[in-house]
Amino acid sequence: MGDPIYIADSRDVRSVPLDGLTLIYHAPSGMTHIVAPPAPEILEALDAGPADPAELLRRLRARFEFEGEDAIHARLEELEASGLVRRG
Amino acid sequence: MKEILNLQIGPVAFRIGSAWRAPIEALAKLYEGYPAPAGGIADFTVRLEPEKPWRRFVRPSVAIRGDYILPDAAPLPLSLGLLAAEMGMNLQMALGQKNWLLLHAASVEKDGRALILTGESGAGKSTLSALLGERGWRLMGDEFALLDLDSGMLLPFPRAVSLKNGAITVMEAEAGAARFGPRLVGTPKGDIRHLRPNDEAIARMGEGAMPALILFPRFGPAAAVRGVGQAETFMRLTQASTNYVALGEPGFNALTRLVRGVPALAIDYPDTATAVGLVEDFRQELAA
Amino acid sequence: MMAARLLVRALRDPQGVQVADWNALVSAARAEQLLGSLAARMEGRAVPPRVAAMFEAARRDSERQRTQALWEAEMARRALAALDVAVVLLKGTAFHVAGLEASAGRSVGDLDILVPRDALGAVETALLAAGWEHLKSAGSYDDAYYRRWMHELPPLIHRDRDRMIDVHHTILPPTARPKPNSARMIADSVTLESGFRVPCPADLIIHAAAHLFADGDLAGGLRNLWDIDRLLREFDSPDFRQTLDERAQLHGLGSAVALALRLAHRLYGSPVADSRSRLSDRLFEPRLLARNGWGQEKRKALRFAFYVRSHWLRMPPLMLARHLWIKATR
Repeated sequence: MGDPIYIADSRDVRSVPLDGLTLIYHAPSGMTHIVAPPAPEILEALDAGPADPAELLRRLRARFEFEGEDAIHARLEELEASGLVRRG
Repeated sequence: MKEILNLQIGPVAFRIGSAWRAPIEALAKLYEGYPAPAGGIADFTVRLEPEKPWRRFVRPSVAIRGDYILPDAAPLPLSLGLLAAEMGMNLQMALGQKNWLLLHAASVEKDGRALILTGESGAGKSTLSALLGERGWRLMGDEFALLDLDSGMLLPFPRAVSLKNGAITVMEAEAGAARFGPRLVGTPKGDIRHLRPNDEAIARMGEGAMPALILFPRFGPAAAVRGVGQAETFMRLTQASTNYVALGEPGFNALTRLVRGVPALAIDYPDTATAVGLVEDFRQELAA
Repeated sequence: MMAARLLVRALRDPQGVQVADWNALVSAARAEQLLGSLAARMEGRAVPPRVAAMFEAARRDSERQRTQALWEAEMARRALAALDVAVVLLKGTAFHVAGLEASAGRSVGDLDILVPRDALGAVETALLAAGWEHLKSAGSYDDAYYRRWMHELPPLIHRDRDRMIDVHHTILPPTARPKPNSARMIADSVTLESGFRVPCPADLIIHAAAHLFADGDLAGGLRNLWDIDRLLREFDSPDFRQTLDERAQLHGLGSAVALALRLAHRLYGSPVADSRSRLSDRLFEPRLLARNGWGQEKRKALRFAFYVRSHWLRMPPLMLARHLWIKATR
């Protein structure tokens, strides 16, 4: 209750994996981001549709060994500040 | 503007106007042999003008202006007018150039393969590239490297090499006296002397080359070489580019293509002779 | 000066204008922030190859500026969404979000927004929480000046994107003589499909006119008048002319708008109701056209006179003296 829903801004996003990190070009902002796990995984999980943190955690745990709910909130905050994710 | 000079350098045409004759004369002499822009049309305009009208004659002070301006840039004394002109050209490139991805890097070419030398200021890139330019390599540029967004080719931008302090002595032993500009003393960075690239570099200023190696040179106690990862290379190159952000997706594509296709090495070197040796080793490995 | 006149003529008649000196045209356009507009207007015209490449680069740059402007608007919207406050986008950003002809080639610097005065505090808090920061340290004289006398919060800059946002509660300083009606500007704003709000067309023109005369020393005048020309051409109709006049009166900017229209007509041939020049208009033209083919601003004396005049309009004399004195002694 009261947890925000997050939506990945997936319009026109280009992802290029480099050694261990992911480059993301986000066309709506013209900005380039260099992100490390679990950020790319979070974005991928949100591609399936908007989710609140609990649902997001479920999706991530279905595919990876994922620790710590705290990490989710911190990463979501960062992704939101960067504009790659917004609240719905 | 009282005095004017038009210069073609690589693919870029400059129009330089000055309220005083001396800087234009020095610039024309330094860039002897460079072509004039076709049709007289310039990509960028540089203006050397007095900060205030009376500063044209009294303690003459050169404000560096042009199409693109840094509002709080400090003027230079007239004795450094040549430096002002060079800085003016740098400014137009850094703020206005958006045709190619602009890297703050030196570049040299041999056998159709281009080396990009980039990294922090003072790491000796200018000197190293100038030296290689006298050792069988073609100097493509010591300040800016231009990456073509579509082809991925590196384009030459052979400005006069800006040598500082000790590097001046090194290069005076290597290149003919006629190619040097005057020794400028009392600049914010110490002594500066400009060196005109050799005839081959000038004649071939329209010829690009595919990048084959990215080098991050740095002074160190002993020669050392280490590979640099793609992500780190990408990040360092965006920091070395004044226009990466301005180019949007084409810039992203060009830079990712570069870092994924071209290896990057960080080299430590105690002296330029060692550095030149290292570069020759790399070249042979690349050719093999 | 010849180059500025050439620029005006080129904007007005891009296909027909004879250009002997492209360097002069380009340098003047750059200096007046009109290169993007010029490149947009000259699309399709045969030009020398180097000029074509410059225009192509300018067009790409305009696209990027549009993207950036739209993104700043979007991020501001996200930051302020929870507040339920009317946020009206102004100037270049408004042109871009509304897809107006005035947006073609239009460069955009800061994001300007208009909000109700009593929402200023909440807006500032929300922006700070979303990553914007103050430029100047709190407590300085300039900060106090901005908050008390100017019509906006001190400028905020986003710490990651390095872009500025200017939050206004009125389009002219409270100390200026004309008192535009912000409440009506907000109430009569247009909500676009995207959810963004922009001033109604008449108010867009009125704002540009106010900005031209009361807010500046005519610096950037050619561009302001070009904006006005584009807006007039897009919205002109007998009804619109009447609305424009009525709203100008409503905002207390009747004479400023009338002057702007006369000058736009004089320079760009804009469609206006009453184009008869006044003698005093001729004073403005040399100031507007003070740019030469090297991009320099000539007629410095004229410029100073306009600077003092614009400050006079913004601040009563005593305040002006105090402000200039403190600025001069820092």
